[in-house]
Amino acid sequence: MTATFEHIRPSACPACNVAPAAEHLAELPKEAALMLSLPGIHCAGCISGVERALLAVPGVTEARVNLTLRRAAVQGSADLTAETLTDALTRAGYEAHELDAGVLATTTADRQGRDLLMRLAVAFFAMMNVMLLSVAVWSGADGVTRDMMHWISAAIAIPAVIFSGRPFYVSAWGALRAWRLNMDVPITLAIVLAVGTSLYETIHSGEHAYFDAAIALCTFLLAGRYLDHRTRASARSAAQELAALEVPRAIRIIGAVEEVVAVADLRVGDVVRVKPGGRIPVDGRVLSGQSEIDRSLMTGESLPAFAGAGTQVSAGEVNLTGPLTITVTAAGQDTALHRIADLVAVAEAGRGNYTSLADQAAKLYAPGVHILSVVAAVGWWLYTQDLRIALNIAAAVLIITCPCALGLAVPAVTTAASGRLFRKGLLIKNGTALERLAEVDTVVFDKTGTLTNGAPKPLAPEYLTGDAARVALALAQGSAHPLSSSLAQALSARGTRPAHVKDLAEVPGYGVQGMWQGRHVRLGRAAWVGADATGDTASFLSLGDGAPIAIPFADSLRVGAADLVATLQAQGKRVILISGDTSAAVTRFAQEIGITEVTAEALPQDKAALVADLAAHGAKVLMVGDGLNDTAALAAAHVSISPASALDAARSASDMVLMGKSLAPIADAMRTATSARARIRENFTIATVYNVLAVPLAVAGLCSPLIAALAMSSSSITVGLNALRLR
Amino acid sequence: MDVLGLLIPVSLFLGAVGLVAFWWMLRRGQFDDPDGDAHRILRDDYDDHPKS
Repeated sequence: MTATFEHIRPSACPACNVAPAAEHLAELPKEAALMLSLPGIHCAGCISGVERALLAVPGVTEARVNLTLRRAAVQGSADLTAETLTDALTRAGYEAHELDAGVLATTTADRQGRDLLMRLAVAFFAMMNVMLLSVAVWSGADGVTRDMMHWISAAIAIPAVIFSGRPFYVSAWGALRAWRLNMDVPITLAIVLAVGTSLYETIHSGEHAYFDAAIALCTFLLAGRYLDHRTRASARSAAQELAALEVPRAIRIIGAVEEVVAVADLRVGDVVRVKPGGRIPVDGRVLSGQSEIDRSLMTGESLPAFAGAGTQVSAGEVNLTGPLTITVTAAGQDTALHRIADLVAVAEAGRGNYTSLADQAAKLYAPGVHILSVVAAVGWWLYTQDLRIALNIAAAVLIITCPCALGLAVPAVTTAASGRLFRKGLLIKNGTALERLAEVDTVVFDKTGTLTNGAPKPLAPEYLTGDAARVALALAQGSAHPLSSSLAQALSARGTRPAHVKDLAEVPGYGVQGMWQGRHVRLGRAAWVGADATGDTASFLSLGDGAPIAIPFADSLRVGAADLVATLQAQGKRVILISGDTSAAVTRFAQEIGITEVTAEALPQDKAALVADLAAHGAKVLMVGDGLNDTAALAAAHVSISPASALDAARSASDMVLMGKSLAPIADAMRTATSARARIRENFTIATVYNVLAVPLAVAGLCSPLIAALAMSSSSITVGLNALRLR
Repeated sequence: MDVLGLLIPVSLFLGAVGLVAFWWMLRRGQFDDPDGDAHRILRDDYDDHPKS
């Protein structure tokens, strides 16, 4: 279920929103550019298929698929809507969702990425050249030849280091100004010291110059930085994809005039109209009109409720069948919707600061390195009374302990892991989400819309036969109510042909009626049709004579839900179901899927409280949910996942988003997260082992530029390869 | 060893050519969709009627 606020396409200028006439003018010559997300595409056939399907839609002038990002950019006439395109793609067999092109346009993150890549390219080019020149020195060049090689190396390395190392210098300077130490301080110090002493040595025809080490340091660190940036950027763009651009609007009625206003401008006492299919923008009381409202995203109730004059409605509920006029009783800050948003803010503040593995490592590393190199330098200075040797040793220690491998250890693994999960249809929005997911021992599920599809299906359509089935189909086709459309779909799928029913009319809030062979026939709510209501979701069919026939509905299980629950339980994780639906519905569902810990009729704050309570008892909770009533719990959990069909608020509160319909990727994600954490730990061990082996050499003054180059390159390459082993 | 005086500038020049080529490719967006480009080369949609 996607949000259905009335929204207006972003116009060319902000002022146009205020002046409708200008907006009209500004839009006339403009071409629409739409962006679609295509989670399911994976091959050349898909590219052709999607582009052909899109180009077949009238008004589309250009369509281009980006397989790497799984997106399609579409150019077309101004009246083209994303819905037409997603419908066309769904018919062609591709799952598609709308993305907001305006927010996704080339952003600063993109420019930063290019900038980093350019610096990396320059550093790599310089490193290759300097390394080649250094081979001559390592293989025994001396005298004038060695000096010449050193001078040429200096000419290449110094400008390259100044250009490509800039991100480190800026960050280190920022940290130092705030009296802190970060990873970049030892890096900057190592580069400056290495280049400085090497230049001094070169001028004095010295034996050792570390130009190659300085530039190699830059290259490996920039590679780590670039990978890290890519993960962050894709996380950020995922968040952007999910950011709701919808400007919530409402139709306000003053006298006989209807006008579209922003929800923020509504005041208590205003009268608003809500069309069928629209989301109710405010808390209020129904003034006139009859309809049914879907509260599932607010409360988790699966059964649509009747709404007539006097019924209390809350913001966020969806009006299903008839138009309603509503008197506003609370708007903006005071609505139920906003109170949930407040709960989210409180829960997020309470999540606490998670210290990532990389930060833990950096905290140990940065001071350690400085102390070590200062101790080495002072020791040698006291021993030899020669400042030149002391500085050389300090530079060697800093270069050897370079955090190249440390800088690559986490980004290489996260990049590999998030790439794998993206291919499986899971978007990771937060950089540390994988690490947190690996720690999970308790999983809390929401029911409606998460473990189920959130769309009820008739339980036994074959129970309807002959005329009953044909009349039911004819009536069901006359309504857009979710139960009717699902019944119509089920009956058509069985090959039923609709009966000839005349005078079809929908009675909002009650059902559909018509004339069939001279008899009044009705499909709708129990009381209206003349039947006794049952506790379950059901629709009733009356053929004019005899007792009405009950057609029970049940929500269907989401693909992969049963397997996921079974897998989690087999892994010994505690699985809890919490839902706002009625006890009867929740208990029956829990038995069906095999969950024993169940809480029903839970309010949004109950869900958040349950999660907080589990966390207080030391559990690491994974929350999976989709509704507004889950948002606070999603934000409070250690890590959270929501399906793509969830409300924007729920998706932006969670750390990961499932792009497809199946829940199966969650099990994959947990497996990948565990092995990613293991790889990161291994990488730290590898980096430490290299340091432990090489540091004594550096402190003893036995570390030649050749050993430095070998240690640095081999540790970085080992760490990178180890990350690629990720399953 | 005099040949070094020639070879080093030559190798630096060739390296710089590679660097400039990379910069050009980056600007032209050739790394925007590596997966898609790998697949696009294989499809035969426009074999008979090139895309205008």
